Amino acid sequence: MADVVVERGRVARAAGARRGSSLRNALGRKSTVAFFLTLPLILLIALLVLYPAFYSVHLATLNKSMTKFVGFGNFTFLFKRETFWMVVQQSCIFAITAVIFKALIGFIVAHFVHNIPAKGQRKWRGMLLVPWVIPPAMSTLAWLWLFDPSYSAFNYTLSFFGVGPIPWLGDTFWARFSVILVNIWYGAPFFMIMYLAALKSVPDQLYEAAAIDGANWWQRIWYVTLPMMRNIIAITTLFSLIVTFANFDIVRILTSGGPLDTTHLFATWAFQVGIQSSDIPLGACVSLFMVPILAVAAIFILRDVNKRGNEA
Amino acid sequence: MSTLAIDKAGPSRKIKYGSMSRDRAWALRWSYFFLVLFAIFFLTPPIYMLITSLKSSAEISAATNPWWVFHPTLSNYVELLSSNQFLRFFWNSSIVSIVVVIITMLISIPAAFALARMKFWGSATLATGVFLTYLIPDSLLFIPLFKMLGVVQDYTGITLLNRWYVLLFIYPTLTVPFCTWIMIGYFASIPKELDEAALIDGASWLQTLTRIFIPVALPGLIAATIFAFTVSWAQFLYPLVFTTSIDQLVLPVGITTTLIKGDVFNWGQIMTGALLGAAPPLIIYAFLMDYYIAGLTAGATKG
Repeated sequence: MADVVVERGRVARAAGARRGSSLRNALGRKSTVAFFLTLPLILLIALLVLYPAFYSVHLATLNKSMTKFVGFGNFTFLFKRETFWMVVQQSCIFAITAVIFKALIGFIVAHFVHNIPAKGQRKWRGMLLVPWVIPPAMSTLAWLWLFDPSYSAFNYTLSFFGVGPIPWLGDTFWARFSVILVNIWYGAPFFMIMYLAALKSVPDQLYEAAAIDGANWWQRIWYVTLPMMRNIIAITTLFSLIVTFANFDIVRILTSGGPLDTTHLFATWAFQVGIQSSDIPLGACVSLFMVPILAVAAIFILRDVNKRGNEA
Repeated sequence: MSTLAIDKAGPSRKIKYGSMSRDRAWALRWSYFFLVLFAIFFLTPPIYMLITSLKSSAEISAATNPWWVFHPTLSNYVELLSSNQFLRFFWNSSIVSIVVVIITMLISIPAAFALARMKFWGSATLATGVFLTYLIPDSLLFIPLFKMLGVVQDYTGITLLNRWYVLLFIYPTLTVPFCTWIMIGYFASIPKELDEAALIDGASWLQTLTRIFIPVALPGLIAATIFAFTVSWAQFLYPLVFTTSIDQLVLPVGITTTLIKGDVFNWGQIMTGALLGAAPPLIIYAFLMDYYIAGLTAGATKG
């Protein structure tokens, strides 16, 4: 309220002092200033995010040389290809498995960090967040080298336990396992940090009350910790679902989709079809299939974020 | 920031009563045991990078114990840091990241100020829109953007594809929405009395922003800057699609495409390059960890 009053007073004074300088008056008005302050942001989003998003729908309806309108031709073509369904399946397996394990590991590690004396927490937290800080393209190279078929450090270590050489990236099952493992390695620290912040916001009195009521540690987690953290868990998981589903770097560097396209995700397959084989419309079409899942996750996140805003 | 304050309050809840304390001691031991296990899992790749970067290619191909360096050498570092090609990647990456950080701040601070303080027609919708934009991944936009750049290039005659400077326009689509979003949060938490006092003293909106909001929200500003830098430094998909000539590449793409030549993997150099590429974000993180974490938990970053 107060700033409205101040504003009105200023406008009235300006109008009284310099009658006729209406341009100057308009420039000083709050809505005009606000418009100019947000203009770069609006332009950026409109030109480089919204326009390409709709342009991609347009592209998806053209033929390969982009000269003819083919309607849903690309979509029906994709539906008939076995690789496409494999990509759909693998994207879902990849995203769901990786997010579940990231959330679980993040939750467990956050608890252990929360358990130790506060003095050491900073040090451990700093160490455990390192995977998240290294650019994924760089750390995936390290994983590629760890998985290397002839000099694999993992196989070298496993050979001492009598476990035969594992074709980490050469076999469909192990390649899928490897890309998921690397994604978990990269994403779990993020969950850990988010959960740790949430854990610290749970009041100690609740645990004391639960302890007095004779709750064991499992009941404390189930009836106190989880309900208190529900919102942050939901937001973090949905965020991670979007990013994991749209992942590109890890699969591209580790396997480039191989062996036999079995580890392709929507992003890497769209890259291969659209950029490497230069069939732009088909590539646009592939990446558009991410939209429904992203949209559903986004709606839920928006609901949770607004809820968080109302609570605060 | 709030996590810090709570950290300090931690030690007060130490309970020392008979069996309870014995239970706690065991819980503590188990916590440390599992933390060590997880730390090994999380730190193996970076440490392995370091180990390999200190080996000569003869030692790597001799297939001795991969976890130990028998003849440490800095030759990989010397070779990379004296190669013009690698320095070119480093230079491209630095200039792109720094300029993108500046552009991001110039766009997102005024916008966040307007959205947090000046309620105007459509401001709530715009704030939600900014948040939704942040959820649109790069892998959805790279194909239309690639085509768009090609079309613009054909119409205007300005070379856009295969030039590093095009990344200066593309990266802000990744950094601006998030930075605006967390700056809205930081600005909104500043007490209204502060800017009312400034307005009464006759400050204009811009003066309120530069004299009051930016100094007060400096921690948030640092967190947003770190985020913008890390994202632009790590971005892999856009430069991979938009640039191809060796002298136009940024670090992540440069290392993955030039150091891997056909089937010959010079792992010593690849790991050295990867480690040097990971160094700037790691150094920033080491010094500004609290800001980094504050930014992460403030807006629920991508993960």
